[in-house]
Amino acid sequence: MTYTKLASASAIVLAATTLSTTANAEDLTLCWAAWDPANALVELSKEFEAESGHTMNFEFVPWPNFADRMLNELNSGGKLCDLLIGDSQWIGGGAENGHYVQLNEFFDAEGISMDDFAPATVYAYSTWPKGTPNYYALPAMGDANGWFYRKDWFENPDIQAAYKEATGQDLREPQSQKELLQIAQFFQGREIDGKTVYGAAIFTERGSEGITMGVTGALYPWGFKYENTPGSYDMEGAVNSPEAVEALEFYKEFYETATPPGYTNSYMGESLDAFKSGQVAMAMNWFAFFPGLYADPNTGGDKIDFFVNPPQNQAGSTLGGQGISVVSYSDKQDAALEYIKWFAQPDVQAKWWELGGYSAHNSVLEDPGFVDSQPFAGDFLEAMGGVQDFWQEPAYAELLLAMQKRIHDYVVADQGTAQEALDLLIEDWTEVFEDEGKL
Amino acid sequence: MSDRTVDRVAQATPERVARKIRGLSDRAIAWIFISPTIFLLLAINIFPLIWTIQLSFTNYKANRIGREVKDVGLRNYERILTDSDTWLNMQATAHFLFWTIFFQVLIGFTLAWLINKKFKGNDLWTTIIVLPMMLSPAVVGNFWKFLYQPQIGLFNYIVSWFTGKDPSSFEMLGSVTLAPWAIVIVDTWMWTPFVMLICLAGLRSIPDYIYEAAEIDRASKLRQFFTITIPMVLPFLMLAVLFRGIENFKMFDLVVQLTGGGPGSVTELTSINLKREAFEKWRTGYASAYAIILFVTVFGLASIYVKALNKVKQR
Repeated sequence: MTYTKLASASAIVLAATTLSTTANAEDLTLCWAAWDPANALVELSKEFEAESGHTMNFEFVPWPNFADRMLNELNSGGKLCDLLIGDSQWIGGGAENGHYVQLNEFFDAEGISMDDFAPATVYAYSTWPKGTPNYYALPAMGDANGWFYRKDWFENPDIQAAYKEATGQDLREPQSQKELLQIAQFFQGREIDGKTVYGAAIFTERGSEGITMGVTGALYPWGFKYENTPGSYDMEGAVNSPEAVEALEFYKEFYETATPPGYTNSYMGESLDAFKSGQVAMAMNWFAFFPGLYADPNTGGDKIDFFVNPPQNQAGSTLGGQGISVVSYSDKQDAALEYIKWFAQPDVQAKWWELGGYSAHNSVLEDPGFVDSQPFAGDFLEAMGGVQDFWQEPAYAELLLAMQKRIHDYVVADQGTAQEALDLLIEDWTEVFEDEGKL
Repeated sequence: MSDRTVDRVAQATPERVARKIRGLSDRAIAWIFISPTIFLLLAINIFPLIWTIQLSFTNYKANRIGREVKDVGLRNYERILTDSDTWLNMQATAHFLFWTIFFQVLIGFTLAWLINKKFKGNDLWTTIIVLPMMLSPAVVGNFWKFLYQPQIGLFNYIVSWFTGKDPSSFEMLGSVTLAPWAIVIVDTWMWTPFVMLICLAGLRSIPDYIYEAAEIDRASKLRQFFTITIPMVLPFLMLAVLFRGIENFKMFDLVVQLTGGGPGSVTELTSINLKREAFEKWRTGYASAYAIILFVTVFGLASIYVKALNKVKQR
């Protein structure tokens, strides 16, 4: 009898719990780009579903269309996304145009501290105006542009001897941008295993952001700056400084002398294809792809290794990565905030890194075992210490497309000089800032 | 009592409705019938056009809802017309327009002339020739992108077979000099069948007795071609040129798939630039002015052309 009563009471409690969970359960949609880390996030989010009772749906858009698709969604006040992992450059527009929910009060209420995340990622992914304690996103995915290479070729004694003979130096991971070019030129057109191979795959894509993300990998190490004084929009002498001109000439030389034929409009996908098909000795790409590259059965494992974007006058890497924001047009903001609260937990962040995502949480990055946890983990930490990002202004799309045009015109289409390209870029950017009322 | 359908319908109309209709004039009834069409035309065509004209005098940005919209007068027009990049886009468009039409007319007419000759397998060849125009431009763009690939592309191998050059020594889509021709080749491949079909219709509309009369007068084949065939097909040919001209002036999808407007901006046609201004940079006011300029250009050129076409028809 007692047993029956106990069972009945348990059943009632269980039913009540289930009913209460079901009553608050929401169908949440998270929007992001379609790439390897997105698959890891789907896996990770299953735990959130189990814990919260909410259902997670995902809208992943291929990178070339990601900005177009998502910015149109935001600009039209669309309700497709409750959560958005948007590019770092969108933060200004997201905040000023009211697309993103400001998270300060929520963070305070839930005890989420931005001090728990890597400062560079908080600055880049979360704050607007830049550097102020106004948060519109939680750092979700740290990323930077790095390099990977054919370790088996670099360790091949015949190739090492040939390199020594050609350059007088040892073949190793490049320590400077100029050494990087020298190695790429050495491999260009070389016969390896009966096949002609090339130096390196770099970004040259014209339509979205490709060539800008690639060329800044050279500009930043040379000391490129967007403004003489941050926040003043005084670009003359900074954007077209002699160092910037030299860096741009370097990137053009790299494109002309050390890349495979036909790579005139290439970005992430083409870089991965070039490497995986054994065409190139080295390639640039985002750290986000490195777990997948390492796991590749043909060119991964012992055959691959990674290095941070080499310095020249200084260290410098192009920032990638994104923060996760709650879309202000969502009707399910409470559930979306619940997801962010769950995602910010150190143990969830640790699992995120384990699955292939790049956590920006200090508890993960400062863990003594982090550097050895993956062959690229140390490089990732080093890169994140020297990252720079493109303009994050609300008019970032205009600024980006102007740079895409000027750089592609010079590097790929061989029109004008590096000095002219950068002078014209200043003209374009000045016009944009005048329209914005900032100049 | 009449058994005609019209009478039966009239008798079936309820008296109350019939009385109302009887009170309307023919003109009023005509208006009732065409008013839905006029409403749709106003809503879908005229209103957006007027709104676009209005926006073209402002600094409006569709992605900045709360931003103050200022009247900038003719500044957008002035900026567009004095921007050297605009004229480079116009030049790229003119190059594309001229050469695609030239080759499509030349090859399309030749094919139509050959197909018009009765031979075995005539229908099969016609079907094979018109296949490219049945494909989606996105598919054609991607397909040709592979063909033009310098390392594995069939196009480069065919050229190298004829010229002895290394296939990877030239890049159809990556070279500043070759890329404008690469897009001309693809558009010609895709749309020549359309011109061929129109020319074929023209050729088949020429009555045989005209040629028979010419034969009796001992006119040579060449003379028949220039004095009968060409003049009688000319109105059809001009119509094909008009269709292709308007289509190619607003060419977007195929070229975006092939080159994305590059290398640099050498294949950035006006429509690609317009899309970038309107939906990537979100300069709505500026893009509206750009659209109006293009509209006036196409409308003006098409009007002049249609007048010429009518003159040819009247001859």
